[in-house]
Amino acid sequence: MGHEEFQAIALSLKVAACSVLVGTPPALAVALLLARCRFPGKTLIDALVHLPLVVPPVVMGYLLLLCLGRRGALGEWLYDQFGIVLAFRWTGAVLAAMVMSFPLIVRPIRLSIDAIDRRLEDAARTLGAPRYWVFLSVTLPLTLPGIVVGALLGFARSLGEFGATITFAGSISGETRTLSSAIYAFMQMPNGDPAALNLVLVSVALSLLALMVSEYLSRRAQALAHGS
Amino acid sequence: MSLVVDIERRLGEFSLSAAFSAGTGITALFGRSGAGKTSVINMLAGLLRPDRGRVEVNGRVLFDSGSGVDVPVHVRRLACVFQDARLFPHLTVRGNLLYGWRLAPPAERYVDFDQVVQLLGIAPLLQRRPGALSGGEQQRVAIGRALLSSPAALLMDEPLASLDAPRKAEILPYIERLRDEFKLVIVYVSHMLEEVARLADTVVMLHDGAVTGVGSAEDVLGRIDLYAIAGRQEAGALIHTIVEAHADEDGLTMLRFDGGVLQVPRIALPVGAPFRVRIRARDVSIATERPAGISIRNILRARIVELADTVGAFAEIKMAVGHATLVARVTRPSVRELQLATGCEVYALVKSIGIDRDIMETALPAVPARN
Repeated sequence: MGHEEFQAIALSLKVAACSVLVGTPPALAVALLLARCRFPGKTLIDALVHLPLVVPPVVMGYLLLLCLGRRGALGEWLYDQFGIVLAFRWTGAVLAAMVMSFPLIVRPIRLSIDAIDRRLEDAARTLGAPRYWVFLSVTLPLTLPGIVVGALLGFARSLGEFGATITFAGSISGETRTLSSAIYAFMQMPNGDPAALNLVLVSVALSLLALMVSEYLSRRAQALAHGS
Repeated sequence: MSLVVDIERRLGEFSLSAAFSAGTGITALFGRSGAGKTSVINMLAGLLRPDRGRVEVNGRVLFDSGSGVDVPVHVRRLACVFQDARLFPHLTVRGNLLYGWRLAPPAERYVDFDQVVQLLGIAPLLQRRPGALSGGEQQRVAIGRALLSSPAALLMDEPLASLDAPRKAEILPYIERLRDEFKLVIVYVSHMLEEVARLADTVVMLHDGAVTGVGSAEDVLGRIDLYAIAGRQEAGALIHTIVEAHADEDGLTMLRFDGGVLQVPRIALPVGAPFRVRIRARDVSIATERPAGISIRNILRARIVELADTVGAFAEIKMAVGHATLVARVTRPSVRELQLATGCEVYALVKSIGIDRDIMETALPAVPARN
């Protein structure tokens, strides 16, 4: 494999890791909000969170460009105030991957929270635990299996992200050309097929690995959270 | 140590009001399912807010609708032992036990980890996860966890209700020990007469959301209208006795109380130990003269203090035996023919005495002495 292929693989791993690291904490917050709170407009929030699952990725990418592009409403402000540019940068690829994988992270966390016996939290309070400590010492550890599964699903989804990424961040070699966009780029090139095939194999291997690690970790987390 | 409660709360169609006070020892909230017992416990713990009233523990006001005081659950520190042990599944037994202990201000800790572990016999379980414990073990750990949080008072909500009879028998002695070793206010919710008879110092009877009786266990459980107010319970009497002697060749134990001596099958308690027996009304007959040529061993002199008509053919008769009370259930014709009336001197014939099986068969491991 050549330099360009390695670059694409490394970039994909970096983008996917960042997307999960940045996306999981807000996903946990949204999952808590949806699982535990009742407020007007909850259905709308729920639908918005799940939107990336059903809307074509290109559409999400285009929407991102409209909002956060250099001439987008938010993007212009970000640039003027902080000099931050997301579109056509690797950070933009992270954002695109994060938006697309967000619902996949939220869902298992929310299911995990729903499965917690809230009477355990009552018990903790009668033992002298203030609410924040109940959350840290009871709720969070029992949510761990969901967080692990969500993070790994999000990682796998980010690794394969194509449509939103190429629309919002483009396919700039060394900057935003991830695994998927590199495969696509090689396929467009004459004599690019062997390189594309190499990357396809790497992609399959990475996905398999992620799934196996996910299975292992979620079993560990289950055992940790529910004893055995 | 004291607990003063006077609370009211509407729960849908149901309205609940409870007023009682409790001192050191076990105060049983006794009544059938749906009487509102658990709601009272939840209001004490702060998990449910009363519409009106006042809760005071050891002189500290925890709730007062008048002045708007409502101390948060975790500051009240009235530890609960629930019917389902509710152990934290992600922590080991040791982690569970130390959960509340770590949260208690060091100056307010009055229980020692090793002491509790020994008292409840859970030393071999410390490294295990709750999922790997039997129901009885889980409940012992739950009791230990509550105790180690050094609570201002201990609330126990049907802690034995989800256990089968052998597991119940396994836990009961530990709760007795708890009562006797720690000078704690314990509120114990139960719908089981046997448990209340064995454990309670004071009984608060709850029926349809209202307190229908408060008093010492002997007084309340000896009431001959118990059937009517407590539901499908059998009338009977509770007698505090002392083990006087064992007759090993006959397999019997003599129990003394101030109305005489009772013979029961051999129990595993040392001479001098206190022991409570509950005698069901239907196990007691009445004779106006001391009967001769009869196989019944427990015949006591008694004086009738109250007669009550209960169900159909039967009348329940309350008698004083020394300072203790016995209740007999006899047919109406018997009452007529023997001319039984308040003040009559009679003989009470006790056909059998209910004794928990565990106390007959097993002895507890010795508890190390405490200073």
